[in-house]
Amino acid sequence: MKAQLSKEDLLKAYRKMREIREFEDRVHVEFAKGTLPGFVHLYSGEEAVAVGVCEHLNDLDRIASTHRGHGHCIAKGVELEGMMAEIYGKKTGTCGGKGGSMHIADLDKGMMGANGIVGAGPPLIAGAALASKLRKDGSVGVVFFGDGASNQGTNFESMNFAVTLDLPMIFVLENNGYAESTSPKYSAKVGSDNIADRARGFGMPAVTVDGNDFFAVYEAAGEAIERARKGGGPTFIECKTMRYFGHFEGDAQTYRPKDEVKGARANDCPLKRFAAAVTSAGLVEAAELEAIDKSVLDQVEKAVKAAEAAPQPDLDALMADVYVSY
Amino acid sequence: MARKIMFKDAINEAMRLEMERDEKVILLGLDVAGAAGTDQPRDAWGGVLGVSKGLYPLFPDRVIDTPISESAYIGAAVGASACGMRAIGELMFSDFMGVCFDQLYNQAAKFRYMFGGKAVTPVTIRTMIGAGFSAAAQHSQSPYSMFAHVPGMKCIIPSNPYDAKGLLAASIEDDDPCVFFEHKALYTMKGEVPEEHYTIPLGKANIVQEGKDVTIVALARMVQFAEKAAKKLAKDGIECTIIDPRTISPMDWNAIYSSVEKTGRLVVVDESYDLCGVASDVCGHVAQNVFGALKAAPQMVTAPFVPTPFASNLEAAYLPDANKIEAAVRKTME
Repeated sequence: MKAQLSKEDLLKAYRKMREIREFEDRVHVEFAKGTLPGFVHLYSGEEAVAVGVCEHLNDLDRIASTHRGHGHCIAKGVELEGMMAEIYGKKTGTCGGKGGSMHIADLDKGMMGANGIVGAGPPLIAGAALASKLRKDGSVGVVFFGDGASNQGTNFESMNFAVTLDLPMIFVLENNGYAESTSPKYSAKVGSDNIADRARGFGMPAVTVDGNDFFAVYEAAGEAIERARKGGGPTFIECKTMRYFGHFEGDAQTYRPKDEVKGARANDCPLKRFAAAVTSAGLVEAAELEAIDKSVLDQVEKAVKAAEAAPQPDLDALMADVYVSY
Repeated sequence: MARKIMFKDAINEAMRLEMERDEKVILLGLDVAGAAGTDQPRDAWGGVLGVSKGLYPLFPDRVIDTPISESAYIGAAVGASACGMRAIGELMFSDFMGVCFDQLYNQAAKFRYMFGGKAVTPVTIRTMIGAGFSAAAQHSQSPYSMFAHVPGMKCIIPSNPYDAKGLLAASIEDDDPCVFFEHKALYTMKGEVPEEHYTIPLGKANIVQEGKDVTIVALARMVQFAEKAAKKLAKDGIECTIIDPRTISPMDWNAIYSSVEKTGRLVVVDESYDLCGVASDVCGHVAQNVFGALKAAPQMVTAPFVPTPFASNLEAAYLPDANKIEAAVRKTME
């Protein structure tokens, strides 16, 4: 699989993962200062999932995301500056400051929105995939959702619906082990070990992969997306991963073992694993990755400064854009 | 004179014409064709009351039977519409809103605003309302005010075949999410309907008749009851204006205000409830905006604040009718 990716692809994937990590780590820092409005849910630690999947997608392919949506946005090509400004509630934000962290969307990029409602995405992407199927343009729909959302009726309904209508849809479950603070060991009898076991019951291919291994995600997603593009119907991919921060910023995380995150950051970090894999295979030089790290840090710094300096939305925006026409 | 067809056939014709005009128009719902997965011919039902009968043979790829899975298929109608389609999702009974409402009020209705004006979600949800068939508490409601309460969704409530066809065509062609409420007691109502395509603008009330004494605002099936009451009142020299708003979001406030300014009296008739409903809302807006014109307290004729009962005598007592409207009008004349 590594061999199938050109050096350019590898550097691009690494850059996307690094953008997500630095963006989220910086939002974490800024939020702690009390300067950011609203609720923020960070994606650090799960980068290999969003990027491993989205590297296969183009702008015609649609994704739906979750409350933890920044990573999916970046992986799908949404601009960092607009995203940061949106999180700051500024006029220059991706949504003009009217959506915020939980509602960043960029429809031109096929990003149908982060979503404040757990489990809202699967039906929407079923519709996107239905549109793809009717248009016969080879595009696919990908829904990202968590282990918590896996218990929502919308998800079960959408799995059945996607199989019934044979839709080009990929269910990407990000199992980070905690639905807010609740473990799948509590909330599932079937699926407490592998939630993908449930999907198999609906009659679609389902796999569980190491979600911190970019190449494992990339390979599983590639197979699923290719099958969907060729009319082979939906696939379910469970990615076992870990979030490095709380459910939301401010979560004391008393439900987690001490040092769980510290250990993961040291030994199971998707970026470190990616870097080790590509440098040891001689595909990329360490210095090239370091150059990306530095460039991304600058990019995030620039985005923060621009967001801080940007104006809030004009008051006219309060009443604008409820309807196309009314 | 145009031919006369039934309300449900007018709806069918609007869908057919829109599907002919635009291949992006699709219809999703439970048994909208019927007999899916059986050995028998498709289009067995054409919708539970036959409203979409005959569309499947014309558009087999675009008339899509779904599992009984409202969250999935109403959500899919929304998602497909956000991706360039113009989906019609049939939510069989509006009473079933509870099993899919998130996809409408948190998703479809809010995309445009939340996403900074960049989203267009031209989905139309067709759904039945109305009591009168002993269908009891879970198949008889008219919960449109719950939809109208959410900014971002348009709510359309036709009262006759002509309006049904033109308003449905307008809803499907509209770029905002529209919820189209079909009173099941009107399905067999006959009226003049042109064969060709036409639309009626959303947000423009129909002045059913004009009279100098009282303004009656009535929706859906209540319009014909208001007409009956007005006919009787006319014999006593009481002349009524009847306004059918046709859409409650947008609401044609100007039509109501300018009529009340002429008559000074208001009766609002709604098959739904008074509390937090269309009737109380119209009275409130009129009181706030044209209070000076009022010669009497506005009256509401609505269902009592109870679930729809099953027994036919209780249901008859529950429903507004011409007598109750007549009494309310007379009260404004005291």
